[in-house]
Amino acid sequence: MLSMLAMLRDLSFRARALLRRGSVERELDDELRFHLDKQADKHVAAGLTPEQAARRARLELGGLDRTKLECREARGVTLVEHLVQDVRYGLRKLRRSPGFTAIALLTLALGIGANTALFSVVNGVLLSSLPYPEPDQLVTLHQSKPNFATGSVPFANFRDWRDQSRSFTGMAIHRPYAFSLTGERTAEIVRAELVSSEFFSLLGVAPVLGRGFAPGEDEVGAAPVALLGASLWQRRFGGSPDILGHTLVLNGRGYTVVGVVPATFDLYLDGGSRDVYVPIGQWDNNILLQRGAGLGFHGVGRLAPGVSLEQAQADMDRIAGHLASVYPETNRGTGVVLIPFKEWVVGGVRPILLVLFGAVALVLLIACVNVANLLLARATGRTRELAIRVALGAGRGRLLRQLLTESMLLALAGGALGLLVAAWGTPAALALLPGSLPRAGEISLDGRVLVFALGVSLVSGVLFGLAPALRATESSLHVALKDGGRGASSARHRGQDLLVVIQMAMVFVLLVGAGLMIRTLSRLWSVDPGLDPAGVMTFGVSLPPSMTGTSPDAIRTHLRRVEERVKAIPGIEAVALSTGALPLQADDEQLFWLDGVPRPASSDQMNWALWYVVGPDYRRAMGIPLLAGRFLGPEDDERGALAVVVDEVLARQYFGSESPVGRLIHMDGYDRPARVVGVVGHVVQWGLASDETQSLRAQLYFSPMQLGDETIAPATGIDVVVRSDPAAPVSFQTIRAAMQEISPDEIAADPRTMDQVIADSLAARRFSMFIFAVFAALALLLASIGIYGVVSCGVGQRTSEIGIRMALGARRRDVLGLILGGGVKMVLIGIGLGVAAAFGLTRLMAHLLYGVSATDPFTFIAVAVGLTAVALAACYLPARRATRVDPMIALRHD
Amino acid sequence: MGDGSIDLPQGTLDLLILKTLAVGPRHGWAISERIHQISSSALQIQQGSLYPALHRLERRGLIAAEWGASDNNRRAKYYSLTRSGRKQLSVEESAWHRLTAAVALVLEEG
Repeated sequence: MLSMLAMLRDLSFRARALLRRGSVERELDDELRFHLDKQADKHVAAGLTPEQAARRARLELGGLDRTKLECREARGVTLVEHLVQDVRYGLRKLRRSPGFTAIALLTLALGIGANTALFSVVNGVLLSSLPYPEPDQLVTLHQSKPNFATGSVPFANFRDWRDQSRSFTGMAIHRPYAFSLTGERTAEIVRAELVSSEFFSLLGVAPVLGRGFAPGEDEVGAAPVALLGASLWQRRFGGSPDILGHTLVLNGRGYTVVGVVPATFDLYLDGGSRDVYVPIGQWDNNILLQRGAGLGFHGVGRLAPGVSLEQAQADMDRIAGHLASVYPETNRGTGVVLIPFKEWVVGGVRPILLVLFGAVALVLLIACVNVANLLLARATGRTRELAIRVALGAGRGRLLRQLLTESMLLALAGGALGLLVAAWGTPAALALLPGSLPRAGEISLDGRVLVFALGVSLVSGVLFGLAPALRATESSLHVALKDGGRGASSARHRGQDLLVVIQMAMVFVLLVGAGLMIRTLSRLWSVDPGLDPAGVMTFGVSLPPSMTGTSPDAIRTHLRRVEERVKAIPGIEAVALSTGALPLQADDEQLFWLDGVPRPASSDQMNWALWYVVGPDYRRAMGIPLLAGRFLGPEDDERGALAVVVDEVLARQYFGSESPVGRLIHMDGYDRPARVVGVVGHVVQWGLASDETQSLRAQLYFSPMQLGDETIAPATGIDVVVRSDPAAPVSFQTIRAAMQEISPDEIAADPRTMDQVIADSLAARRFSMFIFAVFAALALLLASIGIYGVVSCGVGQRTSEIGIRMALGARRRDVLGLILGGGVKMVLIGIGLGVAAAFGLTRLMAHLLYGVSATDPFTFIAVAVGLTAVALAACYLPARRATRVDPMIALRHD
Repeated sequence: MGDGSIDLPQGTLDLLILKTLAVGPRHGWAISERIHQISSSALQIQQGSLYPALHRLERRGLIAAEWGASDNNRRAKYYSLTRSGRKQLSVEESAWHRLTAAVALVLEEG
């Protein structure tokens, strides 16, 4: 307490001293003058002349200015005063060497800017909390099943989970959907989400207008109601509050609008906001209530306060076990998987971002080394200045403080410029690489990013400022005045060389990292997707509202008409409908067992295959090779015997070396066996990098015309695959116009070229490769400037030596060799260190690589050669200047 | 110091200043004169170190300063002991006595 008071008094005293500097200073003057006068009076009284007396008094005081200085220090003003002085002095110094200042600032701005930019990404994506109340209580729910760790959740199972669990305050499932919106001027396909009742309330999302869904409204047979997304509300209805109670016609059925969802709502924060939300029970899907049908639903739940993830998991395990014993046929071998919501949303990009963060930290270190080198070089020119200040009474601490203040000024100014770089660069990089990051919309320069930039700037200031300052003050104390300021240069030179070596090592690591990413991407591009993507486009259509509830035959007729109409478009080479899985875009499974064995008792004992329900021209449209037999044909229709085509993986897995053609299999849901009529090549379903490692790869092709009557009406819309000449592709506008000729309600939407789909599947890797390459290029540039600067500086300092050598007969080639040799030595040692460091560090990014080892010798060698070449080029310029030294001028140099 | 006076051990200047102020407020010059007189010229106080010490003590709150009129009516800065200065004086005095007694004891025994 006492010491606290003392501290406060001390502070207020210092503050007064600082704030009232003028009057304190005057008082000090008066006080000392008074003393001098009194002392002089005493001496006059003792018989001295007034002049002698005044002189004597001043001598006894030990110098007026010195005493004043010590008094000021005793009062404690000086700390701040010195700082102000140092800042002024530092600014003056920096202004006087604009070249140095500009290069140092640019270097720091790039280094700090890149770090700030990446931190703003890490902050927005990984660190900041999700925009939901109590986000840590949110989890996602999935059903684990054979081949799927986080599979989709059947509606029937969800209802049991919800009703029997004790660990949740709310639980909901949802899935994306597309409706055709008609009855409002022009028909369009709207992005929709089918949700269970508690979806919005458990997330804590309140409608901006009206109400959310009530319990029970998600049951089959409930009155059709819908919530509108605010963007559709604005776009189609002008944001009018009259929308409540309005009837919206979706897929031909009228839905009463009961509320409007905020425009900002986007469940997984990945830019997937919806136009319309409809309760699950409205889904016109015959198998909605089948316990074995996941149908793409995933769950989200809110843990009750105080319930841990483990407790909730145990609770759900109990329920899953119970359901498996009651419904063994569908639920055996399945479980419930809970994943923290944030983990589900951003878990996938965390490793990439952390690796990039490590890379960008290296860039900053390289930038700091560069500035440290510049400071060391500059210190040569300042040795005399510092020595004079020492002679005038400045202590080493004072000089150190002065030099560090200059570094801090540089660092802070560099940091401010870096913020500009980040403010401009982050959105630019994100715009260049769309779709590669979740939560991209939440990336901004908020307070936390500003604090980070400030912290990084200060740390950088110490990093690059301390060593040069220590060295400069050390040498200025001994040698400077004695030998004309060059005595410490060899030690300083060694320091600079060491920094260049370290820099080369760091650049090597970064370049290897970037090289490995580039190799990974090129390996991925050369993975055979099993199809020929050039000229292939897919788009979605949905049955017109008038088809709802019509007979299966009418639907088949309609599907044929769609296929025929698209086929008639000039330039279309092949067209096929597709309602199951679509490579890299959608997945669907079918359970089957081989002919000759009894039907397995439960679904987890059946065989699983990816399920492609496609028209006869699908193989030609996608460009999939036929390996044996034939593909599905027009004859495989509702009247023909069931026919399937299998891929090579299924053939090998279930038929071994025998040919499956002609063999029978039984498919779950069909009472007749199907005959295998052909074998095609395997198509990458899961992604170029991960397909090989997936457990579910076997593929089964089936004709939509042979679908059972209850599944023929495609519940999730239909995809159409078309192939046209890649050199003159048929435009989507042409296709959409043709579809409208069938009926104004016939809408085509969501066109994607297969090339784009494949490119998008590599988006996250491309993002990391791009960023890594930018960082590596930046590092290479900085390091080249660094080695150039050091070699240049060395040439400047060795001018007279070079002059002597040339006077003694050294040829230009020898001088060139001398200078380049020094550079080569630094580069090679640096690369040696870099190889060792890279061996350790690239292992950390092994999970980002594909088809290339983390210690890929090709990459290491290529980077070593390339880096040596660039570094030598940077050394060559100053070396050539050295050869132009005129011996006579050089010798007169001193 | 060639005139037979001794240097002041570290920290004792503060003690002397506090002691000098115990009888009443004085200005800087008077303090220096007083110490000089009492110590019979044996202690050589650098006047240059007196003022920083005064300012330091003022900052620590052991003495307070006030401007007043001197004998010949000039403005002078008068220092006086504060309450905590008085306390500090007695603490340092007794510490000093213990120290000198202990040193004397060692010297005699030795």
